[in-house]
Amino acid sequence: MSEAVFPVDPRAGMAARAEAFGRRMRLWITAGPGLAWIILFLIIPSAVLLAIGFFSIGTYGNPQLPLTVEPFREVAGYSILGWSPGNLIVIFRSLLQAVLAAALTIALAYPLVFFIIARPPAARPLLLLLVILPSWTNQVVRTYAWMELLGPDSGLAHAAQSAGLLAPHLGLFPGVLAMQIGLVYNYLPYMVVPLYAAAERLDWSMVEAGRDLYASGVRLFRHTVFPQTLPGLLSGIILVAIPAFGDYVVPTLLGGGKSMMIGSLIASQFLETPNWPYGAALTIFMLVFTCAGLIAFRVLSRRPGGTEESMM
Amino acid sequence: MIPADAISERPGAGRPAAPRQAAAPRHGSIVLDRVTRIFPGRITAVDGVSLSIEPGEFFTLLGPSGCGKTTLLRMIAGFETPDAGHVVISGRAMDGMPPHKRPVNTVFQSYALFPHLTVAKNIDFGLRMRGLPKAERRRRVEAMMALLQIGDLADRNPTQLSGGQRQRVALARALVNESEVVLLDEPLSALDAKLRAELQIELLRMQKRLGMTFVFVTHDQHEALVMSDRIAVMDRGRLRQVGPVADVYEKPRDVFVAEFLGLSNIFPVTSIAGGCLDTPVGRLALAAAPGNAGHAMIRPEKIRLDSAGPDMATPHGPNQFAGIVREAIYMGASSQYRVEVNGGQLVVLDTNVSARDRSWQAGEPVRVSIDPANIVLVGQ
Repeated sequence: MSEAVFPVDPRAGMAARAEAFGRRMRLWITAGPGLAWIILFLIIPSAVLLAIGFFSIGTYGNPQLPLTVEPFREVAGYSILGWSPGNLIVIFRSLLQAVLAAALTIALAYPLVFFIIARPPAARPLLLLLVILPSWTNQVVRTYAWMELLGPDSGLAHAAQSAGLLAPHLGLFPGVLAMQIGLVYNYLPYMVVPLYAAAERLDWSMVEAGRDLYASGVRLFRHTVFPQTLPGLLSGIILVAIPAFGDYVVPTLLGGGKSMMIGSLIASQFLETPNWPYGAALTIFMLVFTCAGLIAFRVLSRRPGGTEESMM
Repeated sequence: MIPADAISERPGAGRPAAPRQAAAPRHGSIVLDRVTRIFPGRITAVDGVSLSIEPGEFFTLLGPSGCGKTTLLRMIAGFETPDAGHVVISGRAMDGMPPHKRPVNTVFQSYALFPHLTVAKNIDFGLRMRGLPKAERRRRVEAMMALLQIGDLADRNPTQLSGGQRQRVALARALVNESEVVLLDEPLSALDAKLRAELQIELLRMQKRLGMTFVFVTHDQHEALVMSDRIAVMDRGRLRQVGPVADVYEKPRDVFVAEFLGLSNIFPVTSIAGGCLDTPVGRLALAAAPGNAGHAMIRPEKIRLDSAGPDMATPHGPNQFAGIVREAIYMGASSQYRVEVNGGQLVVLDTNVSARDRSWQAGEPVRVSIDPANIVLVGQ
């Protein structure tokens, strides 16, 4: 505005420069703390991790010179014993578990969200709170609780034993089922909340238009409710699938040795084996893999009709 | 204008083909039998409404907001279930029939276009859901887009359209199904006055051309007058009066209808003597015996104003009074005056038909004439 009003006055140029300087300062003051946070706790640690990935293993698993690409070769499955599909299987299993967890949370979240939406407006926040409340407690505590619930002496295990699904004196954990239950339980709120946000803004006249135009049942849902809740659904998938892919607590406590996931694999490189350069390389790989997945997901979900809203 | 060939290509134009049932004698008729809807909280939105709408009729539900007209429309569409009474469409009882099975399509007030589908796909939606062959669907969608002059918008998204364009798409989406009945819930209320007037005429023309029954909901009395064959005036969930537009306007049954539909001068009947009526503007001679009506009504355009001549003292006919113009509002095609007569007030609407017609200034003396035939007696 000011440049346009006083284009010839030389003092105006100075004033404009001063104003631009002020604007820049305000930008740094407001954005600075956030930027500092990202640099200190994301950029620098990632850079350190990336660097560690190029070191050799020391006697105690610590990184030491000379620099090498051996840890990354190991991530790809190569070792002194030749190539093995072990890591590939772990990655594939992690991916499968993450996708399954996302699918199950979607299946649970849709009915739950529409149940809450159907309550009187005054009752909805309380119901939503009940969904979110467990996630405010410690994940380890919650997961230990599931160990009790699925253990050999639990009612669930007894029921499975008497139904002949489980050998006597065995529990439902550790195993893939227990791990999946743990993942779904832990991540359900992260699907419910964005889906609820989308469903609460649902334009019901669109649903009525669909009914008016001969749609019912699944087709009505698919053409009127689903497109409107898609932005929330996509956010939910990202919020569930990515943490579930790298989860450490649930696979470690409920999964057992036979269902190693990438989160546990990485943790064991730092806590058990130890092999810091290999763990760092695995972490970097996981980061890149996740980012690539996220980008692919965004590209795929950006279809005509625009779902750009509320995407991360 | 509407391309003439757009509709003539369509087989059965004017008498929509309804593959789902044989042509019944009451094809497109609607009968409401003591329909009642009570919302939670004991609010009676619609209270025992009985109504019969003829096939091919442009029928308007008119009333102030909250009078139950939209609820009534939604019960015809099937979005609301009557708590008592029945809805019968084309001779078939609609009890328990879901919206997607009714021979009815709705144009929503908010348009409710699907934002993730293009204009053409929005219009095609109903045909697709009914599983019609692709070639027929395309032909009908294209014909309808041509008819409503929105062919060039086919690949746009609804978010890229103006209000008037959205309105046309919503209309096309309902009409393309060629159902027996089309329900319109204040479809023009979001448009500006000029576009609205344009679409009123177009809507009317479409309805006459396609021969469908239109049930139109509005709170705009002018719109109701312009468009309808018959109107039903509603108030607090009940029908006040049902009839042809001119009847309801000329002979309103009660004060509510008279006041809701256009301007009016309404006087309570205080004393009657010898076929005459005492009102605040003087004693009025009536054409008919007053009976036990509570009020007398005179439409402002039915009152005549003349120059006050020197012969003011000798009236030329019945119901002539000397008056003074207190307020004059020029409105282009007509002028509206507030005229003081015998200490009372009259609203007068005078058309500016020819150059000879003169308009009056505030403060001017005038002669006011009221034809006894134009005094309508109405109930409370």
